Amino acid sequence: MARTLSAPVTVAFDYTRSTGPVLGRFLTGLRDGKVLGGRTSEGRVVVPPPEFDPVTHAAIDEFVEVAPTGTVTSWTWVPEPVKDQPFDRPFAFALVTLDGADAPLLHALDVTAPDQVSTGMRVRVRWADERVGAITDIACFEPVVGLDGVESDDPGPDRARPQPRNEAATERSRPTDVSGVVTPVSLDYLYAASPEESAFYRGLNEGRILGQRCPSCQKVYVPPRSACPSDGTPTAEEVEVSQTGTITTFCIVNVPFLGQKITPPYVSAYVLLDGADIAVLHLILGVEASEVRMGMRVEAVWKPEEEWQYSLENIDHFEPTGEPDADYESYRHHL
Amino acid sequence: MAKQPAAVVGVGQTHHRAKREDVSMAGLCREAIDRALLDANLTLDEIDAIVVGKAPDLFEGVMMPELFLADALGAAGKPLLRVHTAGSVGGSTAIVASSLVQAGVHKRVLTVAFEKQSESNAMWALSVPLPFNMPVHAGAGGYFAPHVRSYIRRSEAPTHVGAIVAAKDRQNALKNPYAHLKNPDTTVESVLASQMLWDPIRYDETCPSSDGACALVIVDEDTAAASPNPAWIHGTVMRSEATTAAERDQVNPQASRDAAAVLWKQAGITNPIEEIDAAEIYVPFSWFEPMWLESLGFAEANGGGWRLTESGATAMDGRLPVNCSGGVLSSNPIGASGMLRFGEAALQVRGAAGEHQVDGARRALGHAYGGGSQFFAMWVVGSEKPSN
Repeated sequence: MARTLSAPVTVAFDYTRSTGPVLGRFLTGLRDGKVLGGRTSEGRVVVPPPEFDPVTHAAIDEFVEVAPTGTVTSWTWVPEPVKDQPFDRPFAFALVTLDGADAPLLHALDVTAPDQVSTGMRVRVRWADERVGAITDIACFEPVVGLDGVESDDPGPDRARPQPRNEAATERSRPTDVSGVVTPVSLDYLYAASPEESAFYRGLNEGRILGQRCPSCQKVYVPPRSACPSDGTPTAEEVEVSQTGTITTFCIVNVPFLGQKITPPYVSAYVLLDGADIAVLHLILGVEASEVRMGMRVEAVWKPEEEWQYSLENIDHFEPTGEPDADYESYRHHL
Repeated sequence: MAKQPAAVVGVGQTHHRAKREDVSMAGLCREAIDRALLDANLTLDEIDAIVVGKAPDLFEGVMMPELFLADALGAAGKPLLRVHTAGSVGGSTAIVASSLVQAGVHKRVLTVAFEKQSESNAMWALSVPLPFNMPVHAGAGGYFAPHVRSYIRRSEAPTHVGAIVAAKDRQNALKNPYAHLKNPDTTVESVLASQMLWDPIRYDETCPSSDGACALVIVDEDTAAASPNPAWIHGTVMRSEATTAAERDQVNPQASRDAAAVLWKQAGITNPIEEIDAAEIYVPFSWFEPMWLESLGFAEANGGGWRLTESGATAMDGRLPVNCSGGVLSSNPIGASGMLRFGEAALQVRGAAGEHQVDGARRALGHAYGGGSQFFAMWVVGSEKPSN
């Protein structure tokens, strides 16, 4: 058995980015099948346009349409693409200086072997089938020179043809410029519990609530800690604490929110288990929310054993024991 | 060598709104920066170093603001630092910037803090369920509500005191052209009638979600000589403590008390309520006004704070005006909220706070806290150069 427990976590959110006027103009151009650069105070044309001039720091406000063709100024080979890259087979990332621009744009180049790419080669934009006002409206760059070495506008039978500008779409009214993009972010990682916490979760899988006593300050921590927050000493001596305790303080959650696991209203309470020196945060049921009190005595209500895992969720909730409330003095130093 | 004198000579902020979809993050920062530089009568080229702060990364999905903002902030060829202390970040960022001047490393430092809450969802970001744990977390309100309940119990406060704070700050915000919330009809009664969100915290007792930024220009003594009204820095302090510990006082944390004691000593203040003319205190939920009043030493612990608030002493015309700008309760771009407190304190002692100016304010407090009441950043600024 591994010394520590771990479990996968995915944190994902679709961030809604405001582009501001400069990048908005650039993305609007892409949507309309045009590549726009910004002219800096030194007269250079930069793609994508920088929001602020690198010399004067003023907002960039002059835009120049550059050609969809350009020259590779540098490149790198991607032998093993990862998820969400422009291709699912080997390809190149290239710095392409578009004709009319003075600085390169980084994008994918559709070649299948490193000997098909070289600095100085001529490439052109391959537009995406559907353009929405995002950098991915440029699907990739593709070589202008065919494999026979003859410069040709014919992309060849096995290559996607550049999407011609959809004139009908261009004529259609474009009510608003692009002002935002959605950026989905997803992080997958492995959450690892410490050895001390792992012992706690294993205890929960046996129906026990285990803490550890700090050898320096003698406080019993539930869950136990690799380092006592007060003095830095690892908690060591195992202590099984009671399944009954006292609500020190609590909140009634009435507000729904994204990702919420429990339907409001619910009571989220700090429960100071008998024998512990720190409260655990848990759910209170079996009593009207409005009846929950500081000092109320509660006990753990476990899920059916067949549902147990290595989790504090094995305790479904806490509910009142019916005992008289704890004396305020017994828990006031935990507030 | 002793600390070199340092002063705030430029304060800039954005118009804070729920959604500033008209600007990018860079544009938002520049809106504040350009106002601060104009106020300071300096240009970006005259700035020696830049210090940037923002809210925790998940809040807006930006992990390296210093990387993607470097050119927009005019940082090319200059030192650029990023500071990172949860909700107190705006305060600690300003303190790091001021320390660069006080240490004699730089003469003119620009600092900026920002947040575009509209690009994300802070409630979600604060409540991501972790494996093995009970998913009962419910954002910042869910975190702080039990500790507000503890304060009410410990101090035996009447339950309407939070509403007094909310109504006061919302009324103050009407005098601040940059404030997000402009609700002229907010009264103690209307706050009490608003929905209970995280019992005991009502809807109108919570801060909004805002997009906004704040920037300060902090300079040395020679540069400050050109300013008609520098805000001199009389003391700065930061303190931290563990999120959870056995018997940790979450109502009046040790780190907060320690920070306040050091701050008053540095500033030569022995009786804060008499010697501070205006305070900008980080109050994201109304009850934190009386809580921090006690922790900062403006009032006796376990009850002095709410009595001060209830007496009207913290109103604009009171003995200790608190959050004349409308405070966090009226504008909350989290990453910038601490710097706004620091900047508003500077505006008060510069006599530049406009309609929400406290007449003759000579010394003011700027305060921020963050995390689970575990990071504290504070400064005292004054209209006169400190003698110490």
